[in-house]
Amino acid sequence: MGHLTTGKLCQMTETPLTRAANATPPSVARKIKGLSDRAIAWIFVGPTIFLLLAINIFPLIWTINLSFTNFRANRPNREVEYVGLRNYERILTDTDIWLNMQATAHFLFWTIVLQVLIGFTLAYLINKKFKGNDLWTTIIVLPMMLSPAVVGNFWKFLYQPQIGLFNYIVAFFTGKDPSSFEMLGQVNLAPWSIVIVDTWMWTPFVMLICLAGLRSIPDYIYEAAEIDRASKWRQFWTITVPMVMPFLMLAVLFRGIENFKMFDLVVQLTGGGPGSTTELTSINLKREAFEKWRTGYASAYAIILFVTVFGLASIYVKALNKVKER
Amino acid sequence: MSSFSVTEPSTRSKWFAGSLVILYALITMVPLAWIMLTGFKSPADAISYPPKVIFDPTLEGYVNLFTTRTRQTDEFLAANPPETWYEEIVRQYDMVIAGPSKFSERFLNSVIIGFGSTFLSVFLGTLAAYAFSRFKIPLADDLLFFILSTRMMPPIAVAIPIFLMYRQLGLSDTHLGMILLYTAVNISLAVWLLKSFIDGIPTEYEEAALIDGYTRFQAFYKVVLPQAATGIASTAIFCLIFAWNEYAFAVLLTSGTAQTAPPFIPTIIGVGGLDWPAVAAGATIFLLPVMIFTVALRKHLLRGITFGAVRK
Repeated sequence: MGHLTTGKLCQMTETPLTRAANATPPSVARKIKGLSDRAIAWIFVGPTIFLLLAINIFPLIWTINLSFTNFRANRPNREVEYVGLRNYERILTDTDIWLNMQATAHFLFWTIVLQVLIGFTLAYLINKKFKGNDLWTTIIVLPMMLSPAVVGNFWKFLYQPQIGLFNYIVAFFTGKDPSSFEMLGQVNLAPWSIVIVDTWMWTPFVMLICLAGLRSIPDYIYEAAEIDRASKWRQFWTITVPMVMPFLMLAVLFRGIENFKMFDLVVQLTGGGPGSTTELTSINLKREAFEKWRTGYASAYAIILFVTVFGLASIYVKALNKVKER
Repeated sequence: MSSFSVTEPSTRSKWFAGSLVILYALITMVPLAWIMLTGFKSPADAISYPPKVIFDPTLEGYVNLFTTRTRQTDEFLAANPPETWYEEIVRQYDMVIAGPSKFSERFLNSVIIGFGSTFLSVFLGTLAAYAFSRFKIPLADDLLFFILSTRMMPPIAVAIPIFLMYRQLGLSDTHLGMILLYTAVNISLAVWLLKSFIDGIPTEYEEAALIDGYTRFQAFYKVVLPQAATGIASTAIFCLIFAWNEYAFAVLLTSGTAQTAPPFIPTIIGVGGLDWPAVAAGATIFLLPVMIFTVALRKHLLRGITFGAVRK
């Protein structure tokens, strides 16, 4: 089945629509001068939609199709059988996958809690507009601009039990022996090691969005509250928090989606280990798809994950809109 | 202070806030500073206990990053004295430089794929954003949501069929394949961001141009494009940073010719395990451009980071 669809896709790349859009220089533009706005709109939007269809939607449909088969990508010549819902059944009843889901939930919950708390606090402090806040904000933002895989790889070095800087600093402040604990090697510490790095990296993101929220609050609201003799504490809970809330929720949405997909940082840092304590669903999925080559099974897995993210995100967006309306 | 304002924080609270933020900034910088320091250490210094802050700087990590080395017999070493400073560094370990490593190739791949996909996504994204901003498109909101929702898919989920598709089309491990893929991932951000910029340009200018006899195309590239230049530039930086940092697709779909630096850097192996100074040197060279970019262009970046949520 796969061969046929890709063949068709190949021909589709050369639709008149895309060709016209790719050749907008003057000579062509003069010829199509008489085009209506409507036609231009489609020529402008067409290539984008086409690219997304070809590289996002078409693969998604293909994944759905594969998820009902026992196809293995490392044995393309083997006959492919349709197995119905068996892949889905096996995934949903597999206890190991629930462990991966739990690891993902732990990671999601704690990264979001920490990032919201620290991010909001930082934004609140930066909004005091002290001298040079602009420069320090930029410095705080730096980690999130970097390559997660490279960062994860380097944190592995910082987490080394004897020689790593992280262990040394912890030992310095707690008086423990720096080789007495292994952040990446111990079952009880490894889930926290990824939470720490993700928080280090992505707190600035939450901070920036909160800052945007804080800056959107007009001064006159505080002035009015001051005239009404509302205490600073009351102002904080009745003005600042509710007005930043939609922004904060937006930040949580973005972080939630991103961390549900989390792969690069953690795969470099722990590789899912020790055992499978930090094997987030994405890492597990990669293992099924590209190491065990159970393509059909992994496709069903991918669909389940996608539906989960999409479903959770949609419910969340509804809640977000309600908060915005208030 | 000339005028008193109830919303202006007191000097003391400013001082307090400032010192806490600066403290956090300094702590957050420690790992990055450590990466850069480690790049200038010898392997022995890099793994010493307690961790060394003061050490004899050496370019060993950088030499190891760019070269491959082999061990040689004493006679060979005696007969061929080192000619250059980098040969000399390698000689400490009774080794000679056998040739260049693959790092520069991988780095170049990152540059080609990064700039290629950035150009394409900004080009297509500007067209689409203009259309969404100015024309009535049926189901525009649904289409925009569809464009954004493509970002929700876990990369690994899309990677399975793309892997199969690219194998069929001969696109696996090619620059073109990676450019198209990164463009598809980036275009959602590009369209959303650029739309928010173009929405901010008053339509009166184009309308005047249209009345003067310009065609829609001319109005678009002579009137709108110059005004959207800042927006286009900051969108481009975002697309570039994403493509530069991307790892999941790169590690699954490339293995040689088109492999970018992120999957390559962690695999730098020295004698007896990971060569941390060389890894650190690679990370420094790879991360530094992004850090400089961020600091230099900070004013334009904030809007992109927050998907257009931050507006000036």
